[in-house]
Amino acid sequence: MKKKNKVAAVTNWPLTILLIAGCITVVFPLYMAIVIAFKKPSEMTNDIAGALSLPKSWSLENFAEAMRVTDFWHSLGYSVLITVATVVLAILIHSLAGYAIGRSMAKNKFYKISYLYIVSGMFVPFAILMMPLVKQTAQMGIDNWFGVILCYLVFYMPMNVMLYSGYLKNIPIALEEAAYVDGATTWTTYWKVIFPIMKPMHATVAVLTALGTWNDVMTPLVIMSGKGANTLPLAQLTFQTQFGTNYNLAFASYLLALLPILVFYLICQKQIINGVVNGAVK
Amino acid sequence: MKKKLSRNQTFLLITIPVLALFFCFNTLPLIKGLMYSFTNFRGFGSYEWVGMRNYADLFTDARVGKSYLFTFKFALLATVVTNVIALLLALGLNGKIRAKSTLRGVYFIPRILGGLVVGYIFGYIFTYILPAITGKGSMLSNTGTAWIAIVIVAAWQSIAQTTLIYISGLQTVPEDVYEAGAIDGATGWLSFKNLTFPLIIPFFSINMVLSMKDFLMVFDQIMAMTKGGPAQSTESISFLIYNNGMGGGQFGFQSANAVIFFIVIVAISVFQLNFTGKKEEQL
Repeated sequence: MKKKNKVAAVTNWPLTILLIAGCITVVFPLYMAIVIAFKKPSEMTNDIAGALSLPKSWSLENFAEAMRVTDFWHSLGYSVLITVATVVLAILIHSLAGYAIGRSMAKNKFYKISYLYIVSGMFVPFAILMMPLVKQTAQMGIDNWFGVILCYLVFYMPMNVMLYSGYLKNIPIALEEAAYVDGATTWTTYWKVIFPIMKPMHATVAVLTALGTWNDVMTPLVIMSGKGANTLPLAQLTFQTQFGTNYNLAFASYLLALLPILVFYLICQKQIINGVVNGAVK
Repeated sequence: MKKKLSRNQTFLLITIPVLALFFCFNTLPLIKGLMYSFTNFRGFGSYEWVGMRNYADLFTDARVGKSYLFTFKFALLATVVTNVIALLLALGLNGKIRAKSTLRGVYFIPRILGGLVVGYIFGYIFTYILPAITGKGSMLSNTGTAWIAIVIVAAWQSIAQTTLIYISGLQTVPEDVYEAGAIDGATGWLSFKNLTFPLIIPFFSINMVLSMKDFLMVFDQIMAMTKGGPAQSTESISFLIYNNGMGGGQFGFQSANAVIFFIVIVAISVFQLNFTGKKEEQL
């Protein structure tokens, strides 16, 4: 009881209240999206109340219609496929590359140059790669989800290789040497010893890569659009004209596009926040 | 063939395919982009080499000039707005408050949402809700204010991550620094200016570099809210390259634009890294 009083005494209540009030800037757009998504077009009168009041009934009709119009399940499928494949491959390939390069670059010039070569890719804006990549993927016959995944693997390589090789600096090489003494190859040592140790970095890489690919519009837009295949964000762009002025339908569709990532955030909020901050600070 | 691969051989077998992949989807398109920038390619059909003509035209093209002006104006204001608000928010969220982690969780939400959908939602707010409150026309239909609306949306999203980075910076400042400062009479603004801020300069640098770079490449929000309008007043460089390069038959010309954009991004990044690097040394 005494302890509780002490905590209460030092709590800065005005600040707490101010910060809670400030949440409205985050919550308001989402609240608006939700109430509009549940309304019928006839409820949308021309004043603010028409847009912002609670709907008369919470019917899921708009959502069903939006799913039909935007081919929701197909778009969701492509989004999940692209994001999951990119994240899994990024963790496997980028960690390996980070390991091979990170462990050798102090002694060997080839790896030092390879490191700088890959990391300098961070400065290349997508705008300059965009047009040639469209031609190139079309010529190679991979102007589809597969080409998008390959592009992402390359786009996220600079950041991820840098993160992995940076993390490896804190892992003593003695750990590996112990395994060699037992006769293990570099390859098995990596998967048995190093890969599991890098788990915190896998989480960071997974979060950053997943957020980036899930929300990206530009890459799928230029590489796979016009062929009937959409990712979830891309579908919002593609079907914009079909929504017309039916904002209720449009907002239902937007909410459906936001829902998966919001649910994901609710479940692993801590990992996501840590991942984003670690990725930036390291 | 039972011979075991040496450590070096294993590393080579890993690195070479990775380098090949990187070359194929980063360096090769970069070179091709550079090549196209010296042609009059329209995106289809035949084309000819035109030497430096695209580059010469770039500097006299009013639309390109306008897009650079908008992009820089936008990126500068958005960077300042984002960092000022994020720093204040971080100080608040790092203070002695209740429900700390819940509040942090809420303020982080904009970071996880996609820019395009956020753009659509804010587009509605700017078109219908705000005019109804203020009684004025929509910000988005006015050439003088449309870019401000884009700044607001971009900052709204970007503040989330920037704040979290500042918070992790503030957590590295030990409590006794403030206590020692308080003895010397440093409280409030003085304490922030002389103690807190110098100690979180590295985090300030990270945020400046990250937000500036993101804002210079702005695309999604513009695609969702204005499509570059009204009267091309919110046409960012990325949007112009996409719009005219992919659909406007200016493949070669916009490739030249992209090359210049690339050089500008590299120059700014190098400048920022040098500048902030020096500042840190002084401390």
